[in-house]
Amino acid sequence: MNFGKLIERLAQLIPVLLGVTVIVFFMMALTPGDPVQIMIGDQPISAEQEAELRHDMGLDLPPVERFVKFLGNAVTGNFGLSFFHRRPVIDVIVERLPATIELSLVSLLLALLTSIPLGVLAAVKKNTIFDRLATVGSLFGVSLPGFWFGILLLMLFAVHLHILPVSGRIGYAYEVDAVTHLLLIDSLIAGRLDTFGNALSHLILPALTLGLPMAAILMRVTRTSMLEVLSQDYITFAEAKGINRTGILIRHALKNALIPTVTVAALETGSLLGGNMIVETVFGWPGLGRLVVESIFVRNYPLVQAAVLFYAVTYVFLNFFADILYTVLNPRVKL
Amino acid sequence: MTASQPILSIKGLQTRFVTRYGLVTAVDGVSLDVMPGECVGIVGESGSGKSVTFASVMGLVKSPGSIDGGSITFEGRELVGMSDRDYRTMRGKEIAMTMQDALTALNPALTIGYQIMEVLIAHDSDLTGNRSARKKEARKRAIDMMELVGIPSPATRLDEYPHQFSGGMRQRMMIAIALACRPKLLIADEPTTALDVTIQAQVLELIAEIRQKLGMSVVLITHDLGVVAEYCDRVAVMYAGQIIETGPTKSVIGQSAHPYTQGLLRSIPNLAHLDKKIRPIEGQVPELIDLPPGCRFIGRCEKRHEGCTDPIHMRDIDELHRVRCIWTGDFSND
Repeated sequence: MNFGKLIERLAQLIPVLLGVTVIVFFMMALTPGDPVQIMIGDQPISAEQEAELRHDMGLDLPPVERFVKFLGNAVTGNFGLSFFHRRPVIDVIVERLPATIELSLVSLLLALLTSIPLGVLAAVKKNTIFDRLATVGSLFGVSLPGFWFGILLLMLFAVHLHILPVSGRIGYAYEVDAVTHLLLIDSLIAGRLDTFGNALSHLILPALTLGLPMAAILMRVTRTSMLEVLSQDYITFAEAKGINRTGILIRHALKNALIPTVTVAALETGSLLGGNMIVETVFGWPGLGRLVVESIFVRNYPLVQAAVLFYAVTYVFLNFFADILYTVLNPRVKL
Repeated sequence: MTASQPILSIKGLQTRFVTRYGLVTAVDGVSLDVMPGECVGIVGESGSGKSVTFASVMGLVKSPGSIDGGSITFEGRELVGMSDRDYRTMRGKEIAMTMQDALTALNPALTIGYQIMEVLIAHDSDLTGNRSARKKEARKRAIDMMELVGIPSPATRLDEYPHQFSGGMRQRMMIAIALACRPKLLIADEPTTALDVTIQAQVLELIAEIRQKLGMSVVLITHDLGVVAEYCDRVAVMYAGQIIETGPTKSVIGQSAHPYTQGLLRSIPNLAHLDKKIRPIEGQVPELIDLPPGCRFIGRCEKRHEGCTDPIHMRDIDELHRVRCIWTGDFSND
């Protein structure tokens, strides 16, 4: 892979991001309800005061001019004030983001670490009991609605068995210096194993709820593509060369079979962000997803707008990252 | 040649596949010897069992197929029923195989260098030193082998991927990989089918040349009698899972004794005699399920008569030339 091409590919993202910004901006502009009216609420206010407020918020300008202003502000991270928090939107988002990143990463890791080995094993042991069980199991995994599965887990492990906490990200008694803002890592840096354990116990159920359906999908994709790859001539040729089973499975088969898995994993990671809204609400997880849900309820438009833009940008970059991964897995693909 | 022991000896090999229509006997009682340094041609149409026979030799017949009878010995060691582990130490080291199409036989995701060096490292008994020293040595040998098969600037091409090679170079590369450990026997499964005519000759010359240099035996699986005539010492013609004629190339082609072999010879286009029409063999290879006990070629044979419905056994024409046919009439090519 060469660096110049990489820069070129990154530059190609600019129009995409611009397009996303246009859509996000006008989507919010087109939603019913006047932000000024919402701000004023029932307060008695004169027409001049209303006009002044409108001017302060920049809402008296023509849409195109407003968009340019919005764009300029967005680039510098200025998304305006969160009506509800009375603080800059960006500050609120940055504060909530680490919790969501931590949950997503652990869910993704959980999904990848279970789905790939299981998918490979199911393909190798095709049509055995193991394969059947894995396939049926994954069908369940795909079909389970996250909110329902999450509540079931809560009831079993938190309410009945009292093994795991019901909600939140960490117990009140625990505190740790924020370095990465990811509690699992920060507690390890601080050498606090008790804090690590507590954070982990909070994380297990939401991560399972998010990771399991993803693992189910990825397992099916891996199994199918592995089966396809194992029937290829180059696998037979590798066998004829006297290469051992592990070498064939890992080096010859898996590297080819992972290409579809990477595509689906990138898309699924994007939808993890959406899934977060439900799971974070169920588990009282103080992340971005719950913040967005709360903001929608209170019509906190600037925050929703910024969050939607953030989701979209993340999605674009995830796909970019998947494209780069392709070139590593498949040398025929050029950036 | 008769004095020495065969390097590969197949006796009464039966390879069957379970299908939903019934049991298919793809290889039915094939017996064949390959002598050290010899080149044996295996000729037959698709479905004649020639590839399955040698997949059986390589131990690469997979479920739903299995070897149900007979024996295969390589340098006196029985291969049928050999453990996977023991088989692995032989494959690629003592018996090597090339496949029909190098494009699909080379892994698109791995460098050429990795694919040749892994064979050397897998059979590394003669590579010495620590891991990196062994790798270095393997790299050196890989480059030597690529040179031997005529790949220009091998040291740089080693780090390239298969898609960066031309068709002819890929075929050479596959041969280099197969021969990396200097095997005693090379099974070349249709080495020219996927290639342009001009490159076909180059690849065959290359195999012949390396066979001389390394003193190895070659089994050349092909459907082209012309290739056999030029490169093989002996030939076995297969039809519907059986060998129907075998002997020195000269006598099998010059005095073919089986109507099927004669038919194959007549269906080769001849540029020197364009006035002579090609005469294809009418009909098709029979289904390999519920075969009649008699001659399998009976449905397409011009010389059939009542005796052909009884089981036909191989009979000697002379010391080396054998045929599975009861017709003893005039065998000069008409």
